[in-house]
Amino acid sequence: MAAEMNLDFRKSFPGRVTVEARLTMMLEQSTALILFGPSGSGKTTILRSLAGLEWPEQGSIRFISRTWLDTTKGIRVVPQDREIGYMAQDYALFPTYSVAGNIGFGLDHLTSGARQHRVAEVVDLLQLRGMERLRPRELSGGQQQRVALARAIARRPQLLLLDEPLSALDAPTRIGLRGELRALLKKLALPSIIVTHEWAEALALGDVISIVGEGRILQTGRPQDVFSRPDDVTIAKIVGIETVVAGRISKITQGLATVEVGGVMLTAIAADDRQEEVFVCIRGEEVTLERNGAASTSARNHLPGRVVGINSLGAMARVTLDCGFPLVAIVTRSSVEEFGLVAGQHTIAAVKAGSVHLVPRRDS
Amino acid sequence: MNWTAVVMTLELAILTAGLLLVIGLPIAYWISFSRWRWKFLVESIVALPLVLPPTVLGFYILVAIGPHSPVGQFYTDLVGHGLPFTFEGVLFASILYSLPFTVQPFSSAFDQVDRRLIEASWTLGVSKFKTFIKLILPLSVTGVVTGFVLSFAHTLGEFGVVLMVGGNIQGVTRTVSIDIYDEVQALNYSAAGEMSLFLLVLSYVILLLVYSLNRSVWAAWPQK
Repeated sequence: MAAEMNLDFRKSFPGRVTVEARLTMMLEQSTALILFGPSGSGKTTILRSLAGLEWPEQGSIRFISRTWLDTTKGIRVVPQDREIGYMAQDYALFPTYSVAGNIGFGLDHLTSGARQHRVAEVVDLLQLRGMERLRPRELSGGQQQRVALARAIARRPQLLLLDEPLSALDAPTRIGLRGELRALLKKLALPSIIVTHEWAEALALGDVISIVGEGRILQTGRPQDVFSRPDDVTIAKIVGIETVVAGRISKITQGLATVEVGGVMLTAIAADDRQEEVFVCIRGEEVTLERNGAASTSARNHLPGRVVGINSLGAMARVTLDCGFPLVAIVTRSSVEEFGLVAGQHTIAAVKAGSVHLVPRRDS
Repeated sequence: MNWTAVVMTLELAILTAGLLLVIGLPIAYWISFSRWRWKFLVESIVALPLVLPPTVLGFYILVAIGPHSPVGQFYTDLVGHGLPFTFEGVLFASILYSLPFTVQPFSSAFDQVDRRLIEASWTLGVSKFKTFIKLILPLSVTGVVTGFVLSFAHTLGEFGVVLMVGGNIQGVTRTVSIDIYDEVQALNYSAAGEMSLFLLVLSYVILLLVYSLNRSVWAAWPQK
């Protein structure tokens, strides 16, 4: 069952950017929509407005057949009646309740037997068995995150809203939990909206991504499309990753992975996750161009390619190459002139192994 | 020792603290969570008894509940006698007099509850009232106990307001502090000393309780 979501509202705060969100989207059963943008861009405000924790002064929010907000008709559905699961950035676990108490907190409408049954179900699903009696402060960050998720899904919500679900964790845990969270979201078969400012998280978790900047939703699409083909310079600046292509790890030796992308072999630092299917991500600034037959450099990857297009970005230029896959290099205008680069010309792109970022690509 | 006065005072203090618990919780909740811009007007009124001389407060209460006031007339029609110089009148005055001692600890405890916890509860479908009972109250337990105990202790030592509103009727409105004053007037220093010592020790024990509770809430009040 697809769920239609329709937002069109305005929310302003004194001294902060005014949020003007407009989005219509069909959320399939297990679609994860990412709201991606820098801090202060308004993505959390959009999420909180969806949760009913902020009241936009003008506009409407509809989800499936229900109107959650319509300022012209005076409709304001309180968070209690929205059937959502909401997870705050710092998880907001109730310190005076145990793990089981937290998970069952919103289940007072059930009989005590049904409540215990549901809590046990969710405890199993999130692998929290044995921790039911512990207090939140006795748990590790990753465990707290799982309890918060368990609590959010216990009431069988229609929509899951996650605000920076991994940012409260330390880096190694965070990377490990990305795949786990993705698998869980798929298993729940529940549409979700996830706020993040990390591009790797957006790629690892999302089916659809909306770029948020200056309070507006600027572009929406498949993550790899939005990342590699931003509509304009503002969006390109926000995403910051010019090349995102699908690849496959063919072998890993001594911490270096060989990745096959469009018939070309690239060397990259191996990701922790041992998954074969990956997104290969390369920042345009980390691609250098060499004249044909230039002296060898320490870069592991030398990719012969053809110039497809050159766009000026002020002092810099965005050079799109076809190296078997589209690769974008951001170089200075003076190098373009010095090299005499024009469309159709052949050149060699050099990329260090450390600049080829691999994000495990989840199974859709 | 004037045990009648002691019993009367304890009765007054317990009733005042108990009723203030009921009245103070919603007022404190409103002060902590309302976004009304003129909220400070109400906050200032609640805090007024802290700075006003008890005689001034007592005077206005006396006028307000007197036989010529609408409140006084209504009460007389209802029960058959007036409020001034009765236990009920003193109780009413005590409640107003101790209001800030209850409401301020309550609302400062509510202020300290992380708003994100409250929001999390709302998104879990839990109503505002149930969120208050299940989440805010257990997290504010020290503040609530402090407010209760302070209003109790404050009522124990009341003098000016009681004298203005209740007069000095043995067994009805004569509190311990009025009794002490009477004994001193009669140059009966040993009786005054006994009663004073009683109040001193009782007040000290109560404050000990409050401070030990605020020191380590988890040790003194194990929670669910």
